[in-house]
Amino acid sequence: MTWFLLALALVTLGATVLSQMGLGLISTSFVKTLGKTLCLCLVAVAMDVVWGYCGILSLGHMAFFGIGGYAIGQWLMYARTEIIVTESLRQSPLPPTEAEIVAAVGSQIFGVVGSSEFPWIWAFADNLLLQLLMVMLAPGLLALIFGWLAFRSRVTGVYLSILTQAMTLALSLWLFQNDSGLRGNNGLSGLQNIPGLDHLGQDLLSVLFLWASALALGGGYLLFAFVTSGRMGSVIRAIRDDEARLRFLGYQTEHYKLFVFTLTAMVSGLAGALYYPQAGIINPAELAPMASIYLAVWVAIGGRGRLYGAAIGAALVSLLSSWFTGGGAPPLDLGFHVIHWTDWWLVVLGLSFVAVTLFFPKGIGGLFDLIPARRPVPDRQGAFGPDRGARRREEGVPE
Amino acid sequence: MLRMIRLMLAVLAGLLSLPAAAQTLQDILQENPEAIAEPSRRTVGETLDRILASNLPEVPLFLERWRERAVYRRVSDGLFFYAEETEDGYLLFDISTGAPAGGAGRREISALIPNAGVRGAIATALIEFQLSDPDPARRAAALTAITRDPSADHLDPLRESIAAETDPVLKARKERLERILTARFDADPAARIAAISALGHDTGLESRSVLNQILAASPQVAAAIPEGENVARILEPGGADLSREAAYALLVAEGLAPPVPTAQDIRNALVAAIGEGRLPDLDPSSLDSDAARAAAYDRLVAAGSAPPRVTDEAIDAALEAHVFWLGYAEPDPAVTEAARATLDRSLTRVALYQTADIGLDALSLASIYFLAAIGLAITFGVMGVINMAHGEFIMIGAYTAYCVQRVIPDQTLSLAVALPLAFAVAFAAGVAMERLVIRRLSRRPLETLLATFGISIALQQIAKNIFGTQARPLTAPSWLSGSLTLNDVVSISHIRIAIFVLALIFLALLLVVLRRSRLGLEIRAVTQNPGMAASMGIDPDRINMLTFGLGSGIAGIAGVAIGLYAQVTSEMGANYIVQSFMAVVVGGVGNVWGTLAGATLIGGLQKLIEWFNPSNTLAAQTYMILFIIIFIQFRPRGIVALRGRAAGV
Amino acid sequence: MSALLEVSGISVSFDGFRAINDLSLAIGERELRAIIGPNGAGKTTFMDIVTGKTRPDSGRVLWGEHFIDLVGMDEARIARAGIGRKFQRPTVFEAQTVEENLHLALRNPRGPFAVLFSRRRPEDAARVAAIATEIGLAEELPRLAGELSHGQKQWLEIGMLLAQEPRLLLVDEPAAGMTPAEREHTTALLRRLAEHRAVVVVEHDMEFVRRLDCRVTVLHEGRVLAEGSLDHVTSNPEVIDVYLGR
Repeated sequence: MTWFLLALALVTLGATVLSQMGLGLISTSFVKTLGKTLCLCLVAVAMDVVWGYCGILSLGHMAFFGIGGYAIGQWLMYARTEIIVTESLRQSPLPPTEAEIVAAVGSQIFGVVGSSEFPWIWAFADNLLLQLLMVMLAPGLLALIFGWLAFRSRVTGVYLSILTQAMTLALSLWLFQNDSGLRGNNGLSGLQNIPGLDHLGQDLLSVLFLWASALALGGGYLLFAFVTSGRMGSVIRAIRDDEARLRFLGYQTEHYKLFVFTLTAMVSGLAGALYYPQAGIINPAELAPMASIYLAVWVAIGGRGRLYGAAIGAALVSLLSSWFTGGGAPPLDLGFHVIHWTDWWLVVLGLSFVAVTLFFPKGIGGLFDLIPARRPVPDRQGAFGPDRGARRREEGVPE
Repeated sequence: MLRMIRLMLAVLAGLLSLPAAAQTLQDILQENPEAIAEPSRRTVGETLDRILASNLPEVPLFLERWRERAVYRRVSDGLFFYAEETEDGYLLFDISTGAPAGGAGRREISALIPNAGVRGAIATALIEFQLSDPDPARRAAALTAITRDPSADHLDPLRESIAAETDPVLKARKERLERILTARFDADPAARIAAISALGHDTGLESRSVLNQILAASPQVAAAIPEGENVARILEPGGADLSREAAYALLVAEGLAPPVPTAQDIRNALVAAIGEGRLPDLDPSSLDSDAARAAAYDRLVAAGSAPPRVTDEAIDAALEAHVFWLGYAEPDPAVTEAARATLDRSLTRVALYQTADIGLDALSLASIYFLAAIGLAITFGVMGVINMAHGEFIMIGAYTAYCVQRVIPDQTLSLAVALPLAFAVAFAAGVAMERLVIRRLSRRPLETLLATFGISIALQQIAKNIFGTQARPLTAPSWLSGSLTLNDVVSISHIRIAIFVLALIFLALLLVVLRRSRLGLEIRAVTQNPGMAASMGIDPDRINMLTFGLGSGIAGIAGVAIGLYAQVTSEMGANYIVQSFMAVVVGGVGNVWGTLAGATLIGGLQKLIEWFNPSNTLAAQTYMILFIIIFIQFRPRGIVALRGRAAGV
Repeated sequence: MSALLEVSGISVSFDGFRAINDLSLAIGERELRAIIGPNGAGKTTFMDIVTGKTRPDSGRVLWGEHFIDLVGMDEARIARAGIGRKFQRPTVFEAQTVEENLHLALRNPRGPFAVLFSRRRPEDAARVAAIATEIGLAEELPRLAGELSHGQKQWLEIGMLLAQEPRLLLVDEPAAGMTPAEREHTTALLRRLAEHRAVVVVEHDMEFVRRLDCRVTVLHEGRVLAEGSLDHVTSNPEVIDVYLGR
């Protein structure tokens, strides 16, 4: 844990020094990429708690991430449009009334979907504090309701995964509609401009967000390390390995699952709220089920059941992905066919994912067990990973 | 007075025409040649009446040519001819006999160019002839023309032409059109009511639109309802169908109340007043609230330079003092009542047909889902494995069919080859995947789920690399391209019927395989108790492999079916996979009937929600998924659930 | 002797098959009871119903001094009410240490927040150490449960049940797959356990039941066929018919 926090601080400080200090060795866009990657690491750590520790393969955590992004995006877009509108209305002969400003902001924001009214979902958009609360509360509430329904009816294993995927799909389809109130497939844009901080310039803002992301990741890491240690950690892992047995010990397992599911959803929302101001735009495609699947891929490649593994997986795979798909990788000439990585990266990723599940179930994190100086940590993910109970047909007897 | 003279003239003309029975068309035209050469919308009716009254056989042809601007007039003597252009002028033809009538130079004749209004009038006159034209195609065209632009004038010619109609189809059309015109235009209310009632047996769009036209109504307002007004119903301002604002706007439009200055009006008035210096002591920057602006505006009102604001009380009082109602344009209440009753009856029937139509739609969607989901259900039942790449097997099937179509141009033959080949290719892919990946991950269902994700990502991208991102069409044979239309409401395309039949065939095949064959017995044994089955000498590996292949193969077939009515893209599988999962989850695992029930429920539900909210298929899917999440609460094991010890999944 | 657990008139059927048919049974405080019966007699289903895993179609399961109806309660609440269950095969959390396993089972508040903010108290550690000594695993505390031998896992599970401090212990075929020496040991342990709490043992090994030397209930086709001492029930002609008749 100390190691992880140390490395995190080092990366953050390093990037700050290299980009500022007049050296300019690192471009603003790279600082942003770093900041975004840290946010992805945070959501991956959350995913690891839910999946690697608690055994719930959630295919909805990127949706919670997106909800956080939308929540902060609403305020960013509202506040910025308000500033612009107020500026332009200043030229008019009469000072604008509040209603006029709201109407003008409304038509600015919702013009693309042929509306100018503020939907109910924007009720708090003018209030930064409330909207910041929504960043955590909205995904938390959704997770709470969904989790309560799902865990109460004892949906487990692959069933639960499919159900979370359905939830994600429903959410993204709903957002794609124009009358969802969140600008349909246009999404929210211009989020990189922080109202009131425009004078700082993007290069300084990017560093600020890098710091904020690093702080959030460090804090989230500590929080989850706390949750997954001690008796709580013991209970959570026991749920993963044999939920029925734990029930006979008197633990209301659904309460624990609900707690973990909701807590990680809230942290995911926070990660999203830090990510999208750095990305600049959010649209419903970001919430598609595929995004949550990729999240699972990162965690699996990084190594489940250890928090640093998830972070490493997310950082490595997302950075590699953007390098390959961004055209950064040189094409590979096979003689008969030239491999353009923009086309073939997904194939490589998909297949390497299969390979990892087949041959390295411990992921990259498993490499750390090979360091001879270290006392081997107890195998916290179990020999066959989670969910051995899923195919159980009689009590107490795993097949 | 003028009318008297005109009447006398007409009588005179009638008298004149009597002895001159051998009169030619030319003679009639020459009675008033200027009316032909330079007709106007106003005078042409009279001229046409005169021409039609002659009952000469050549009249229709003449009218047609006239309308088509193919009639010429010789400058020298003012006679009318048809003409054909030659190299150095025109060949002329007699308008009565069509016989050649010599030539003419370019300058010696001039074409008659009736304007659009006149041509419309000519066309109306022509319809009378066209309705009894020997050529059925032209009679049909005339009917279409009337349908498009019905008017009272057509009613009599139409009625006259019915008796002589020989073509039964056209006769039916004419009778129907006659009813429609009678319902709208007949002078006798009793005849109209009879015709309206007769329309009730008809579910066609036309008859409904006629009824709606008769029932056209608009909101009206007055201090009291005037005598003889045909009132549909009284409207309550602020009620569901007349908002307070709309009601007041109606009053303003009728001049019964002063307009309310809007916030914009107030603003504009203030801006103007400030600009003209009429409010010198006012600081414009203080006008940043509605209250401040209202106060400043009231000063303008007091100065008489702006219309006063209207208070809410004044609005209420004005609304109170008047009565609002929805008034029919049609004055006869008996007619509107009959139309309302008929429309209600007809709508009930239409609703029934629509339900049937949705039922058919839902059935065909359910067939698709069934084909897509059954493979998933079998593999999940037997192996406890959810195959996330199942959608990609659908895609593989569809691309196989696309490739076959590229090689074999004959569409029927290519379809016949594609179906088994799609099965074979998907079967092979499924078996390969089972052996290479799934077998190694046995009893780790979540990891299998993830590994198949990986395969799904890779397969989709490979397809994209090979076939491009563009959608590839899969053309159905021509005998599949039509649709079965029962009436205006109920219709279903042949492809959907074919898919339904395909689904039935596979349902039957699967039932036979599972119930009657050795393989089926073994599959059922492994589904119910893998350990026991293994100890009975059944090789579970072999069963798993075959089951997986079978499930994948059916997905391939589903791919061909989906490709035929949608398009083949690398993402097509992903579009169906979630619904397929839902069908499996809702239906219950490891059971053909369960999957059938699940697919039917999902398909039906989707269509039903789409029907309630037709503009928004995205919302439909959202609501459906929400429904399923709730459904799982009550039946966590699906519709067809196994109970007891075997139920613990 | 007042009844600790009173099962009255329960029935349950799976797809038309009646697994339990109007079964009534009472277990007293600190009683050792053996339930025997041929395969399919409904022994395991009976335990499933008592522990909340299966819900009966009809009937009541009354518990304790206040006659709380256990039907409709979930497993966790029933377990917290004081009913422990030992499965046929040892089920311990193999990816966790022996110590963690025992701590999980300790009778402490079970709510998520109580657990999240709980600290390891010295008396808990002492209790765990005491139990570990009693089951002979004191040396194995830091080891992963998955590394233990089959017998050790059995003991660990019994240790977890001790830590849970139930008033009624349901034990499913404890002697299955055991050597004679281990059986001896198990018999002694069960009898010792029954000094402080009620113990119900489901078994079909007559020899083992004889050693327990307790009241015996014979189940057949989902209902009670006979009840009494072992000698009494084995002399019952119906029981002989069921066990030897076919």
